[in-house]
Amino acid sequence: MSAEIQQLWVYLSTTPLLWLTLTLISYQIGTWVFGKLGCHPLLNPVLTAIIGLVVLLKVTGIDYQTYFRGAQFVHFLLGPATVALAIPLYRELEMIRKSFGPIIITLAVGSLAAIVSAVGIAWALGGEKIILLSVAPKSITTPIAMGVSEQIGGLPSLTAVVVVLTGITGAVGGDFILNWLKIYDDNARGMALGVASHGIGTAHAIQRSRVAGAFSALAMALNGLFTALLLPVIVYWMQ
Amino acid sequence: MLGSLTLILLCQLIGEVITRLTKLPVPGPVIGMVLLFCGLVFCPGRMPSEIEKAGGFLLRYLALLFVPAGVGVITHLDLLLKSWAPIAGVIVIGTLATIAVTGLVMKFLNRRGAPAREESLQ
Repeated sequence: MSAEIQQLWVYLSTTPLLWLTLTLISYQIGTWVFGKLGCHPLLNPVLTAIIGLVVLLKVTGIDYQTYFRGAQFVHFLLGPATVALAIPLYRELEMIRKSFGPIIITLAVGSLAAIVSAVGIAWALGGEKIILLSVAPKSITTPIAMGVSEQIGGLPSLTAVVVVLTGITGAVGGDFILNWLKIYDDNARGMALGVASHGIGTAHAIQRSRVAGAFSALAMALNGLFTALLLPVIVYWMQ
Repeated sequence: MLGSLTLILLCQLIGEVITRLTKLPVPGPVIGMVLLFCGLVFCPGRMPSEIEKAGGFLLRYLALLFVPAGVGVITHLDLLLKSWAPIAGVIVIGTLATIAVTGLVMKFLNRRGAPAREESLQ
């Protein structure tokens, strides 16, 4: 019997089906726990799902490549979902047009704050140069950040990890900070989450309101463009 | 639903082609977003009305889509343990500081200019 189970595991653990299903299940467990325990920000479902899956992979000794063969079907949808962000932008077009000036000013300040704080803090805490370059684009969406990281001489794969952790931090800690500073305007909350924590922050902003979601999506897209153009110039100039 | 999904994928595909050909430092999906946005603005009548349904479905589960990339943290556990202080500092302090600065600037500009804000829908 146990030999049969062993065989079954050997078969299942290498199929995309198992890891795709486990990715969905772990996210749903994360969402369920989040709702059950009063929506505490620290119980962000993305964070719970990632920790659960990392523990599972460590325990079973399955490598990330095997996991990703299944999870890639979910990962692939990030592209179409990014395209779909045009919809909330279009729906809130009038409101965005009304605060066009503030959006551009806020974006420039926020984008610089993201880059300068990342590099400054890493330097102050004794990070090596490769770490500084890898964390510099941490606040922009994964695909742009990895491209920029490679361009300026960082480690794209480390950048990807730092980007996701940044997004989770924004989704988990953003509400604390924004409430503490008494920032209740939905456009300001959306801008802050989008500039600082890209898509994961935007996913969180969408849960608050359509306006917050639209501003966050806009901030994320513009910050991605802005940082991709600005950061290589800053790095070139610093060296 | 199928038509909208096809349209979304088509925008992404054209975006990828544009990025490759022009070597822009911008990912295909972002260009695709711009294309879909232009389509919605310039010919709203021709856009399939169910695009909101297909797009809404993707956006409702946007958070889930980051899980596979996040699990990639497992491949960098050694480096993260070795340089945990600067990396954790950047992620936690840097991100919260950026949120604070960005939120405060926008709130300040809101007060000064047009009152373009809306109460939470919750």
